[in-house]
Amino acid sequence: MTAANWTVASIRGALQAKKVSARELAADFLARAEKRNGELNAFLKFAPERAFAQADRIDALVKRGEQLPALAGVPVAVKDVISTKGIRTTCGSRILENYVPPYDATAVVRLEAAGAICLGKTNCDEFAMGSSNENSAYGPVQNPVAPGRVPGGSSGGSAAAVAADLAVVALGTDTGGSIRQPGALCGIPAMMPTYGRVSRYGLIAFASSLDRIGPFGRTVADVAAVLQVMAGRDPLDSTSAEAPVGNYASEIEKPVRGLRLGIPREYFGEGMDPEVRRRVEEAIERLRSLGCQTAELRMPHTDYAIATYYIVATAEASSNLARYDGVRYGPRTSGDPETSGLLDMYKKTRGRGFGAEVKRRIMLGTYALSTGYYEAYYLKAQKARALIARDFTEAFARVDAIVTPTSPVPAFRLGERTADPLQMYLADIYTVTGSLAGVPGISIPCGKTAEGLPVGLQIFGPHFGEARVLQLARAFERAWAPQG
Amino acid sequence: MKITRKDVLHVAELAHLELSEEEVDLYCQQLDSILAYVDKLNELDTAQVEPMAQSLAGTGGAEDHALREDVVASSDVADAVLSIAPDPSKPYFRVPKVIER
Repeated sequence: MTAANWTVASIRGALQAKKVSARELAADFLARAEKRNGELNAFLKFAPERAFAQADRIDALVKRGEQLPALAGVPVAVKDVISTKGIRTTCGSRILENYVPPYDATAVVRLEAAGAICLGKTNCDEFAMGSSNENSAYGPVQNPVAPGRVPGGSSGGSAAAVAADLAVVALGTDTGGSIRQPGALCGIPAMMPTYGRVSRYGLIAFASSLDRIGPFGRTVADVAAVLQVMAGRDPLDSTSAEAPVGNYASEIEKPVRGLRLGIPREYFGEGMDPEVRRRVEEAIERLRSLGCQTAELRMPHTDYAIATYYIVATAEASSNLARYDGVRYGPRTSGDPETSGLLDMYKKTRGRGFGAEVKRRIMLGTYALSTGYYEAYYLKAQKARALIARDFTEAFARVDAIVTPTSPVPAFRLGERTADPLQMYLADIYTVTGSLAGVPGISIPCGKTAEGLPVGLQIFGPHFGEARVLQLARAFERAWAPQG
Repeated sequence: MKITRKDVLHVAELAHLELSEEEVDLYCQQLDSILAYVDKLNELDTAQVEPMAQSLAGTGGAEDHALREDVVASSDVADAVLSIAPDPSKPYFRVPKVIER
């Protein structure tokens, strides 16, 4: 059984042909994942009982000769900010170190209803705040394709699990780049759907107007298959969209000849690694050779996106994370019962439970929302957000998709960027724009640097243009994947 | 410096965060440099721009989502929720005293 060969489709075929059972698959993936976890630290929790119970259900379907659901037997790793009933969910934080959710996220319910096997929960930056996975309270994740380097963040464990063949697909979450950037740094396809395309019910909130759940896979078809199952309106999330969901599996095989691609000049400025630039320019040339037309675009507010994002996201985070106060879940730290009361308990619990980056962002967001600064910072950032979104609306009036680098740099060394938070924030420079605008985006591998570090190509589509984005990614993969 | 120790202590109070002396110094300096960077937003003329709080494209507008059908549904979760609390006392969460002497 060679792990690297498994895809959603090949698992289905092997199950139907009775070449492998779902239980054997689950056992194999769990055994390998547990074995390599000491080195990679990609998983925070394994869920063998749940995995085997699901595998047995699939094997029973096979035995009875019934139709297999879309993701039958597919081993999936789930980021630890996504709630799983009965399975500890920490958000990479001490403040939820003993939290066992009493319910499942809708995304997990839908994946399991489609036959997927949940192997366990993956490491991530605390509350999904970070670009390197170094902000996890449970230690950093190693990049499986570049030892000694970060896998990206915040969904670093999910990206690493798939890149190391320890899961066939994985769920991540993306608020400012947290799916796409680790996808790029680990060399696998990774997709952020349109805001509202996938229900956020059970996703533990960081910044509610930006948070999205999306898939990692080894192939574009697998990313599409997972998205297909998760997408669509959920009555439990009032921001989930009614917009119809296309048939991604057939849409992505359509030819891309004649599609118009916008290349925004602002994404190719200072600060980009020269090898990343070369790989991305080659990738654009390859898309042209597939018959796509390219046009240079101006997206003049791009340079304001990081500043906008780090006000909007931290303001929302300061509000969302107010709930961690030692009353309803998580550990509690109280002062002397004779001399201190409730307020002191809140402060001690939060001061001890949150890590440095989370506290920094709560402080920044609280400041931006506080009396006297609300208009200067939060309101100003909301207006800048409207201008950034307008850049996208105007661009999509002219082009079908926008093509950029995913990250300005390939995977950096562990510890290399932790001293200066602002430098770390700038790692998100090409991804936060689409987050603020609410549009879908994918990162797909487009080659490596001379040192062998993966480079990611980012493709943005208009709102609910997932099929178009996946179609371009699939065409690129079909024509050029062997180069990666 | 725009951000003083006093600002940091005030914000920590608002955010219910107990910070060490070292953290106060660190956040003083880091928030100052981040906010200095954020000041670049002042280059933008936003006088005629409506603030954007949410991207709800294709949802039929926020109005459609404000209300659902008012139907009774069961929500029998009290035991499950209390079972993970640090100090439950059914049917309550127990907390340290609220009124200080």
